[in-house]
Amino acid sequence: MDNIVDLEKHFQDRIDAEQRIEPKEWMPDAYRKTLIRQISQHAHSEIIGMLPERNWLTRAPSLNRKAVLLAKIQDEGGHGLYLYSAAETLGVTREDLLDDLHSGKAKYSSIFNYPTLTWADMGAIGWLVDGAAIMNQVPLCRTSYGPYARAMVRVCKEESFHQRQGYEIMMALCEGSEEQKQMAQDALNRWWWPVLMMFGPKDDASANSEMSLKWKIKRFSNDELRQRFVDMSIPQIEYLGLTVPDSELKWNAERGHYDFGEVNWNEFWEVVKGNGPCNHQRLETRKKVYEEGEWVREAALAYADKQQVLRESSQHVA
Amino acid sequence: MEKNKRDWPLWEVFIRSKQGLDHKHVGSLHASDAEMAIENARDVYTRRMEGVSIWVVESKYLHASNPDEEGALYESAKSKIYRHPTFYNIPESVGHM
Ligand SMILES: [Fe+2]
Ligand SMILES: [Fe+2]
Repeated sequence: MDNIVDLEKHFQDRIDAEQRIEPKEWMPDAYRKTLIRQISQHAHSEIIGMLPERNWLTRAPSLNRKAVLLAKIQDEGGHGLYLYSAAETLGVTREDLLDDLHSGKAKYSSIFNYPTLTWADMGAIGWLVDGAAIMNQVPLCRTSYGPYARAMVRVCKEESFHQRQGYEIMMALCEGSEEQKQMAQDALNRWWWPVLMMFGPKDDASANSEMSLKWKIKRFSNDELRQRFVDMSIPQIEYLGLTVPDSELKWNAERGHYDFGEVNWNEFWEVVKGNGPCNHQRLETRKKVYEEGEWVREAALAYADKQQVLRESSQHVA
Repeated sequence: MEKNKRDWPLWEVFIRSKQGLDHKHVGSLHASDAEMAIENARDVYTRRMEGVSIWVVESKYLHASNPDEEGALYESAKSKIYRHPTFYNIPESVGHM
């Protein structure tokens, strides 16, 4: 099997037979590139996603809420690490991936470019943002690239607590004073549409979708997942006694799904291009933190080198 | 940002999930030395009591079989069905064997 046509056919046959592809095995360049882009984008989203929540860490309303939020944020850092490691199996370095994030070349989920204005946003994020992430990520546990699929199994196991703690925050607010309930409604109003954008552009406008489906990197289209998310969320919203900021939302008995209004795609593309409310702030914070950690990374290496020399010289003596 | 900074080396992490079971590969991470690799592995891979013991090995010391030699390595075992107990017909009346 030498020529590229045979290799590609063999590769696609394996994909069609639901076999996982592993790091050292042959794969088309475009498959590798697509994976590096998607996995690193996903990793960047996990670590940038820590920033909007960090904003409320020191102002959590109780020690319990603070411990929970801290644990959730730590999980997100872990998710970033699982995913960076998976990307590195494709032959890129961590350093390069981070450089691309810091230079703005690589993207991360546009949802994290919105501000967290009240404590209710911690509820809305856990419940809706992590909820939408789960909807996107569960099918990725069966994605065709082995290390990515295994990382996603880990991530998905941990995500469910994120969503539940968020919903519990919303429940507490909705059972509270009129003002607290209002705060919950306001958070829902601000997050609902950006969350629907998390599933990506409409199918007919999604450039990468078709090949990703063929290679089983993706398993469902953007619009399918978005619909599923809306259907799942409405009963949860009703239970809280809140309303969706969408006048076109109504049950369609014929389709067996909710109809809903059109996402503001101009806003979506503006945020993707870097013009969302917090794009600049997020990236600046991230770069600052990374630069400030440089001396720690260097010192740790210097220490390791020194220990190595000491070990070697003591071996000579012995 | 300055370039040509040395990345911390990559380590493979193996976790024993409970006493009596094998260590199993769970993923990898970067750390400056073995001690830090174990501490990081604790933080990254055992936040929910997933392990009671951690092994780390620097990835460069791990050698793997070549996927292209799959045939040469594993094909010959396929025909040796007499290595499985089900190959032998033993009457039921003699009891469990
Ligand atoms: Fe996450
Ligand atoms: Fe999460």
